[in-house]
Amino acid sequence: MSIIKATDITKTYNATAVPVHALNGINLEIEKGEFTAIVGPSGCGKTTLLNILGGLDHPTTGEVTLAGTNITTMQDGKLIDFRLKNIGFVFQAYNLIPVLTTQENVEFIMLLQKRPKQERDARALELLTQMGIADKAGQRPSQLSGGQQQRVAVARALASKPQFILADEPTANLDSHSTSSLLDIMAKMNKEEGATFVFSTHDQRVIDKARRMITLEDGQIISDEKR
Amino acid sequence: MYFTLAWRNIWRNKRRSYITIASITFAVMLACAMRSVQLGSYERMIETAARFFTGYIQIHKNGYWEDKTIDNSFSYTEDLIEKVASVEGVIEVVPRIESFALASFEQKTKGTMVLGIDPEKEHKLTEVKDKLVEGEYLKSDDQSIMIAKGLADYLRVGIGDSVVLIGQGYHGTNAVGIYPVSGIMKFPVPEQNNSTIYLPLKEAQWLYATGDQLSSLSLVIDKANHVDRIVADIGKDVDLEAYEVMGWKDLMPELVQGIEIDNISSKVMIWILYIVIGFGMFGTFLMMTAERMYEFGVLLSIGMKRIKMQFVIFLEMALMASIGVVAGVMISLPFILYYHFHPIYFGGEMQAAIEDFGVEAAYYFSVQPSLFYNQAWAIFLMAGILSLYPLIVIHKLKPVKAMREN
Repeated sequence: MSIIKATDITKTYNATAVPVHALNGINLEIEKGEFTAIVGPSGCGKTTLLNILGGLDHPTTGEVTLAGTNITTMQDGKLIDFRLKNIGFVFQAYNLIPVLTTQENVEFIMLLQKRPKQERDARALELLTQMGIADKAGQRPSQLSGGQQQRVAVARALASKPQFILADEPTANLDSHSTSSLLDIMAKMNKEEGATFVFSTHDQRVIDKARRMITLEDGQIISDEKR
Repeated sequence: MYFTLAWRNIWRNKRRSYITIASITFAVMLACAMRSVQLGSYERMIETAARFFTGYIQIHKNGYWEDKTIDNSFSYTEDLIEKVASVEGVIEVVPRIESFALASFEQKTKGTMVLGIDPEKEHKLTEVKDKLVEGEYLKSDDQSIMIAKGLADYLRVGIGDSVVLIGQGYHGTNAVGIYPVSGIMKFPVPEQNNSTIYLPLKEAQWLYATGDQLSSLSLVIDKANHVDRIVADIGKDVDLEAYEVMGWKDLMPELVQGIEIDNISSKVMIWILYIVIGFGMFGTFLMMTAERMYEFGVLLSIGMKRIKMQFVIFLEMALMASIGVVAGVMISLPFILYYHFHPIYFGGEMQAAIEDFGVEAAYYFSVQPSLFYNQAWAIFLMAGILSLYPLIVIHKLKPVKAMREN
């Protein structure tokens, strides 16, 4: 059963005199527990597709259904709530809250979900331990390396036990050691937590790890390969 | 954690926050000091005029206030005094005759206000004995006068000199008398200091041929803010067809009006100060918003509701305003307290220049709590209005656009 379903998605930007068609008729289904990479050259529409799948942006036409819910027509407030409960985001630039400690960053989403303090603390420590950065719990993001920050970002994305993790070029700013380590962690989380991972990337190391690879070009899917 | 988040966000850019808080502190300090002097001056004017001259409440024959002549006097009756004295809050009932006369000594003559007083009771009302700078205080059976220093200087009279008083008595009789000066008093208000003569009540009643008549009963009351209530209570007991009962605001409408006009202009000045400071605050809020657009986009993406983000931003602004207000009040308070107990008196040419405007040449500082919390409200109101900008920005924020534009 597909947990993510995108039907006839188009996205056109009209900011310039000539309209830009970022996505052009995307049809896509992703099963629960998949570890999927969306690949393609720069400007092919990877990030736009990921944003639309995550409800951060609206398609010009078409619809997105996540876990049976059509998010395309959802009201803003409900959509934010849906993202909070169901989707974890990992961004290229980590995007941790700079004034919060590592542990507070991981706890933050659970705080928004109004989980009790005890549960928040336990889950945050569990995740940080799994990520191998429990000793950094009291440090601020600025005191961590890029790889460590991205692990915190993954921990934050997983903290609320979302159904999907959408990661936009998560390894773009990492060295090879950090990339390898992060991918191992994400693969482990995918297996142990059962979370569905969708990456946008053009990093070969991520592509190699993915069990499904969707290739975009000029806003269209040109290949969809399961391994 | 929202409070922690807001608190830490304030200190992300320490220098900017310090500057913003310092500007609020400075504005509050300045506003508190300005308002303290202003309100202190009003309190002093009211006190000087009401407490030390008219009394906070007066009772006259009905119509006296419209036509202040000796003919509009009324009989002293024990019944009236008892009724007034029995009202809660009334401490003393002070009888007076008030009229005008020309005062002459040798070649000098000047129009004066003559007050016939019961010396002991009058002291309870206006503490006039404390104003004596030369000679002796009046006794009720004296046939002499006390004269204000400015008038004494003008007439060039001293203790023991005799002053001629010429005026119009009850129902057109001639009021003429010659009285030795037994005391000279100095009043802070120039108008009073340049024109006042005190006579014992009985002597004034003889001078003006009024018999046992009085022009007013002035009341010593327990608290100045009980005026309205006491006026209302007296109105229930005395015949308002025969008498008029007036509080100090009715007795001195020009003073009330003058204070109100001055008060408005001072408030305008303070609001101009706040508006200038407000632009500084707005600059900070603008930068705080602009540099965090990406972060707002991320927070919105991960599921933080707009209302929660707006709450955190509002908290940041409220915290900065609170720190500035508390610091401003804390710094200005010792200064204001010191000058409240040690008013600033002017001397020399400055004194003469200020007294030419008919006011006392001194700065008095008020310590009314309202002058402090009103500044706090003003700052919070301004912070509230200015915080609408980031709140609106967050309300309209699109996560992808916010992240892309940064």
